[in-house]
Amino acid sequence: MLCDICKENEATVHFSQVVGDKVRKIDICEACAKAKGLTDPGSVAMLGDMLGEFAGEQMPAETENLRCPACGFTLANFKKTGRLGCGECYVTFEGGLKSLLKAMHKGERHVGKTPGKAATARDVTDRIKALEDDLQRAIADERYENAAQIRDEIRAIETKTMPKPAK
Amino acid sequence: MVVMSSRVRLARNLQGAPFPGWAKKTDRQRALEVIMGAAVALPEMQGCLSRSMDSFTVLEKQLLVEKHLISREHAAKNVGSGVAINKAKTISLMINEEDHLRMQALLPGFCLGEVWETIDRVDSGLESKLDYAYSPKLGYLTACPTNVGTGIRASAMLHLPALVIAEQINQVIQAVNKLGLAVRGLYGEGTEASGNLFQVSNQTTLGEREQDLIERLRKVINQIIEHELNARQTLIEKRPHMIYDQVGRAYGVLTNACIQTSKEAMNLISMLRLGLDLDLIRGLNHGLIDELFLTTQPAHLQKRSHQKLTAEQRDVRRASLLRERLKDVQRPKLLAPGFPPAEDAADEGKTDIA
Repeated sequence: MLCDICKENEATVHFSQVVGDKVRKIDICEACAKAKGLTDPGSVAMLGDMLGEFAGEQMPAETENLRCPACGFTLANFKKTGRLGCGECYVTFEGGLKSLLKAMHKGERHVGKTPGKAATARDVTDRIKALEDDLQRAIADERYENAAQIRDEIRAIETKTMPKPAK
Repeated sequence: MVVMSSRVRLARNLQGAPFPGWAKKTDRQRALEVIMGAAVALPEMQGCLSRSMDSFTVLEKQLLVEKHLISREHAAKNVGSGVAINKAKTISLMINEEDHLRMQALLPGFCLGEVWETIDRVDSGLESKLDYAYSPKLGYLTACPTNVGTGIRASAMLHLPALVIAEQINQVIQAVNKLGLAVRGLYGEGTEASGNLFQVSNQTTLGEREQDLIERLRKVINQIIEHELNARQTLIEKRPHMIYDQVGRAYGVLTNACIQTSKEAMNLISMLRLGLDLDLIRGLNHGLIDELFLTTQPAHLQKRSHQKLTAEQRDVRRASLLRERLKDVQRPKLLAPGFPPAEDAADEGKTDIA
């Protein structure tokens, strides 16, 4: 049996893991195990992490040349490390990650905790403050039509957020 | 007394910033400052220890690893990474580990609900000050796709000597794996367990609510506890000599040996703990046993002797520490109710009884 990573040497290190009704196996050679830091039993990475790398290799070809516009991360980087570059990478590589996430997790959609009202409320306050600054500048510049638009936008945000308690 | 400790950790990242593994030094430094600033201002973290990883010596880092307050990976970090640990050492925040923020609550005993509530509060407190990378569809975005969603890893450390002795442990591990839960060794990601200590945790983070996951884990752990207790009962009934022999030998070696490797010590301490649970030993309590699991670790031994020690020197110090700490423990009472069976009583009386 050949090593799953280098596909050259005989695989002598074997990992298997059962998740749900799926069994995942990885067979690798001594050299690759060493390169991945898998020789010390105490430092063996999660098999799931390893699988992230292998699954990365199975990503559709069209994602091959993608580069994350936010951080410059590429698929080659993902294959190498099994980690992504930034939050935006989840959007950039969405097509390729989909099957990977499906295989890895219980569901495909987040159903847990969401950032609460504190963050939402603060976003709104920041937005209103920025608009008020714009409004002042517009008035100072005598751009009254512009100022009226900004004022309406502030009112719209306030009426939208004020009466409805944030969840 | 099967569950030693319970822990919940959450992974979080900052919105619009590259993850630590891909970030430039200045980005990491900025993330560290922002998160540390928010962390030390939390009421839960009043008077906490907050340090950059480059300010620790190698030994200090190893001590934190042995106490399960930072990961091995985090111990390897230096400038640009940091840690904040509350006074009670029950909450720890690793900054710029694999994710910008890895926070955990850790308590002795079986209390997953309580540790979840603790870390959930810390998370909510931080969230009011930090913008987390979050997507409504995928939840909290993490460097590794295995953590995306809730970013949660809930785990409990279990002492399962009878399942190991009865050779049922592999069956149990396989059954637990089939439920989508992982079983690991003492320091999380090892394959080999020492001291019959096993960490059971969730593997998946997307598509399940935190509370549901914790409840599921709690139920599975309760079943493992039941199996362990049944295995103990069966061993006592069917192979009493063997169990009492193991406890007796552990006591004998721990209180007399001059050289103790870490692995041997862990396994013997485990047998002593089993003896305590079975009420065979007096002058001993769980506090002392669990302390020995920790203080016989390499970094703790070196801290105690205020110097760097080779493996051989540590083995000598470890043995000496164990003899000292166990000197008031009485010899095991190898006469539990119903044991030894009548026909063996005379023999047992001559050889084993104090």
